[in-house]
Amino acid sequence: MGLYAAVARGGFRRYATYRTATAAGVFTNTVFGFIIAYTYQALWAERPRLGGYDQAQALTFVWVGQALLATVALAIGGGLDELQERIRNGDIAVDLHRPADLQLWWLAADLGRAGFQLLGRGVVPMAVGALAFDLALPADPALWAAFLVSVVLAVTVGFALRYLVALTAFWLLDSAGVAVLSGLAAMFFSGMLLPLRAFPGGFGEVARLLPWASALQVPADVLLGRYEGAAVLGALAFQAGWAAALLTVGRLVQSAATRKVVVQGG
Amino acid sequence: MTDGTGAETPFIELDGVRKVFQVRRKAGRLRRTKHEVRAVDGISFTVGRGEMVGYIGPNGAGKSTTVKMLTGILVPSAGRIRVAGIDPSRERTGLARRMGVVFGQRTTLWWDLPLRDSYELVRRMYRVPYDTYRKNLDRCVELLDLGPLLAAPVRQLSLGQRMRGDIAAALLHDPEVLYLDEPTIGLDVISKARVRDFLREVNASLDTTVLLTTHDLTDIEQLCRRVMVIDHGRLVYDGGLAGLHEVGESERTLVVDLAREMAPIEGVPGARTVKVEGPRQWLAFPASQSAAPVVAAVAERWPLVDLSVREPDIEDVIARMYTGRAE
Repeated sequence: MGLYAAVARGGFRRYATYRTATAAGVFTNTVFGFIIAYTYQALWAERPRLGGYDQAQALTFVWVGQALLATVALAIGGGLDELQERIRNGDIAVDLHRPADLQLWWLAADLGRAGFQLLGRGVVPMAVGALAFDLALPADPALWAAFLVSVVLAVTVGFALRYLVALTAFWLLDSAGVAVLSGLAAMFFSGMLLPLRAFPGGFGEVARLLPWASALQVPADVLLGRYEGAAVLGALAFQAGWAAALLTVGRLVQSAATRKVVVQGG
Repeated sequence: MTDGTGAETPFIELDGVRKVFQVRRKAGRLRRTKHEVRAVDGISFTVGRGEMVGYIGPNGAGKSTTVKMLTGILVPSAGRIRVAGIDPSRERTGLARRMGVVFGQRTTLWWDLPLRDSYELVRRMYRVPYDTYRKNLDRCVELLDLGPLLAAPVRQLSLGQRMRGDIAAALLHDPEVLYLDEPTIGLDVISKARVRDFLREVNASLDTTVLLTTHDLTDIEQLCRRVMVIDHGRLVYDGGLAGLHEVGESERTLVVDLAREMAPIEGVPGARTVKVEGPRQWLAFPASQSAAPVVAAVAERWPLVDLSVREPDIEDVIARMYTGRAE
């Protein structure tokens, strides 16, 4: 396992080198946080306890979302464009020559990336949000610990989804279109725009069962204490289940891809 | 045809290997027609342990496809491949630990990380014992002059530096076989020389089997006693570099300076005059033939002042082989 730990460290250090990009990202997340927070304040003034959240909880949801945006990398991009590019230009051939597992390799690199993004791009917007607004952050360390586990699972689900998107490049050569669609779906169905609990009826119920819910809705609810006692374990199991399922699909697609592989460009 | 070194224990064995790709082409708005492209069309050869073989051919001849089948990332459509007795496509990961691959146009190094970190990753990936790693790295650093580069991120390296870095990365785990795909492409003369010296040293001292793909025939001339030429997916030549001249029907040229301007020289057995420029004339004769009788015949009947013999250019010979097959 030493190899994949080293790969994860490499992923962390890679992103740590780009300080300007990090600063720009922190700025963007903070600005977006304010915009959405003011919108939510207006919305919750009209509809108090929308989705079962009071206003402080709703604002906390916003800032958790901004803190996790880069970490979970739901938006287009997020580390795996490089994999897609390597498939497109044929550099993937080099990766396939290595005595290492392609999926594990990229998962490790992505966990390293996420680790940096959580510290580099998550902490500051969260702190700014906590200073500027009245947030409902828990005092219970157990809740924070559960939240961290939930974030790791969220990153894994996010990775598994993006890995599938990147692999489509084996067939499509350019998976940018798929990435845009998947990014839009992720923004909406993760709860980044509005908590999924705010959606009524059958639509809301389905949305809360989709894999994207693991990426933000579940970690935010864990932090807000929406799960009581053993229900937290159920929430984490929900995420772990999606992670396992999507990684397995990724593995199947990967072996289909490498079997048919006509590595591009000689 | 081999130099005898590997006849007893073939390390690489190909027997009737084919690789056919299905390619779809547009034929109208919605229609797609299927084409079969035979990238490799029935190739057989063996390479002995410790041999260093040049593998050349024009673009699209099937060189890279062959290498990808040897490393196991492509599965042959037909035929049999064994490397160290292993079927590469079935045991790709196991074999990967025993081989090194360098693609001149691609890099195995990590763009944003210092060279040293890339090597650390390679060490863990190939599970190289620390002592071996240290020894191999020191050797590469010394011979390839990598010392000042170890701390630099790969993206800051020049092409020649990156190439040396890549070659070192491919050798840290003591591979038994090294596949080099255009290792000197785009390098300046000094970098090329350094890379060649290093490869010669590795092949000689570690008995590493080397298969070298290149468009630079100087690589072959300086490194390989044996060369294989592939064209249109078929092996058209396998043997010593010198033997290429016979197969390629190459010609040597006798350049004579006569005392004065004269009519083109005629009637010299085996030779014909190909060019006249003032008192200087060029006579071509088969490379397999001795120059002595030609010189004697000219000296006997013409006022000879000076002469020189030009050896055939290997590039011309091979260019002729390629075009000859295309027709």
